[in-house]
Amino acid sequence: MGWFNSKKEKDVQVATVTTEELWQICPSCKAHIYKTDWEANIKVCPNCNYHQRLTAWERIDLMIDKGTFRELSTSVSTSDPLDFSDAKGKYLDKAAIVKKKTGLKESIVTGSGNLNGTRIVLGVMDFSFLGGSLASGTGEKIAHAANHALYHKRPLVIFSASGGARMHEGIISLMQMAKTCAAIEKLHKAGIPYISVMTDPTTGGVSASFAMVGDIHIAEPKALIGFAGRRVIENTIKQKLPDDFQTAEYLDDHGFVDAIVKRKEMKNYISSVIGYWNH
Amino acid sequence: MSENKKLTAWDVVQIARDKNRPLLCDYIDGICTNFIELHGDRRFGDDKGIIGGFATIGDNKVMLIGHQKGKTFEENLVSNFGMGSPEGYRKALRLMQLAEKYKIPVVTFIDTPGAYPGLEAEARGQAEAIALNLAKMSDLEVPIVVVVTGEGGSGGALGIGVGDVILMLENSTYAVISPEGCASILWRDGAKAPEAAEAMKITAGALKELGIVDEIIPEPKGGAHTNHTETLANVEKTICKYLSALGKLSTSKLVSNRFKKYMAIGKF
Ligand SMILES: [Zn+2]
Repeated sequence: MGWFNSKKEKDVQVATVTTEELWQICPSCKAHIYKTDWEANIKVCPNCNYHQRLTAWERIDLMIDKGTFRELSTSVSTSDPLDFSDAKGKYLDKAAIVKKKTGLKESIVTGSGNLNGTRIVLGVMDFSFLGGSLASGTGEKIAHAANHALYHKRPLVIFSASGGARMHEGIISLMQMAKTCAAIEKLHKAGIPYISVMTDPTTGGVSASFAMVGDIHIAEPKALIGFAGRRVIENTIKQKLPDDFQTAEYLDDHGFVDAIVKRKEMKNYISSVIGYWNH
Repeated sequence: MSENKKLTAWDVVQIARDKNRPLLCDYIDGICTNFIELHGDRRFGDDKGIIGGFATIGDNKVMLIGHQKGKTFEENLVSNFGMGSPEGYRKALRLMQLAEKYKIPVVTFIDTPGAYPGLEAEARGQAEAIALNLAKMSDLEVPIVVVVTGEGGSGGALGIGVGDVILMLENSTYAVISPEGCASILWRDGAKAPEAAEAMKITAGALKELGIVDEIIPEPKGGAHTNHTETLANVEKTICKYLSALGKLSTSKLVSNRFKKYMAIGKF
């Protein structure tokens, strides 16, 4: 659950407006990169390989052959099963602001499209929508995408980017972990590929559900991936954690991801893996 | 029941955490005959936070799995206060698959603050262990009865909590995050836990209204800790009732009902 601290690189001082327009300062290594170069390198730092978060639609553009994407579950939008309010007011009011800002209706976009000519079903989470949190709408869209993949016998690929379950929907959010896993289990039984790609961050209830039951687990470099929050763990065990703790590289070392794949190579990598599916 | 109607969600949280509340060991002693504990995940170790084994409840031979909290601080150091480790979730899966092979139902007892948040738990794949259980429990080919007896703490509870029937003791709770955790994030103040508890709808009554819980098991006046014998009798009776009903279903009906049950949670 980290969406509340999604501070951008706002704090970084820039000398003039002109500089700000021209340069991208890498949030990781602070190198000044020409914005055009930054964009051309699909928001990956050429200096330190930092992979900046992408929006769902940026990712879809990157993964799906031009003009072939057809969105699923377009009517599914944030719902409020608990009639929830917190100190800052109503959950649905907060969600309305985020919807307007992001142009999304929930924390994931799902659809079918061609990946190097192969029809797949794709789900892409968007961290900018309430921290990519898993809520009833998210779970419903994933379950529907999995059912669609099952029915049409097409590989399912999900890009995760989430701080975990959305507190505002309480137990209903928690149960989406079970719902999504149940839907994906059907693909396993039916022999249909499911590829999970973990991007920064994939934590909490998302890491402990659909993100971790893939045939193939792919991670983007340096992505934060883990179950419990770093601070919670430090408070529990009263010791300092290694610097690389819960990074993609750490998970690779510990046997929980098949490969760390750079953004530039992601589409072809997935395409190659799916190519081994004999159907 | 009517006596407890006036309790706030925060009151219920206190009762659910009461140190004299019946624990898994009490249920094993009180309602199970011939409990044969089975150890280890056959991968790395044996978790003491989640235990399990063959047991007989009434006339039913079952696989019993549950979170084990300790009665004393020393016991809790061994069992990590009922917080499961990856080895615990993997042991649970192994036992559930054994139950499937032996064609006996699974009964799980949930009472945990959450899955153990530790360096080693992360290193050995806490997330993966829980995730795999969610997937495998969704189509396990024997009945699964889930009983939330105390604290239903988030993914750590759900990791052995997917089933055909979800039962909750009257003063138990089930939540996506602890009230304290929710308050410190959404209210920026852990002391607002009582408000968070209310807002998250974590009591058995609220969860029944949301359709998550199938039946509430009544507790004696004042809470389960005031009368273990009565509590245990109610739990045993309710488990047996559902085992008997589920036992009448064909395997395909059982599994398809369970799938539909989960697909319907948060439907649009
Ligand atoms: Zn950099």
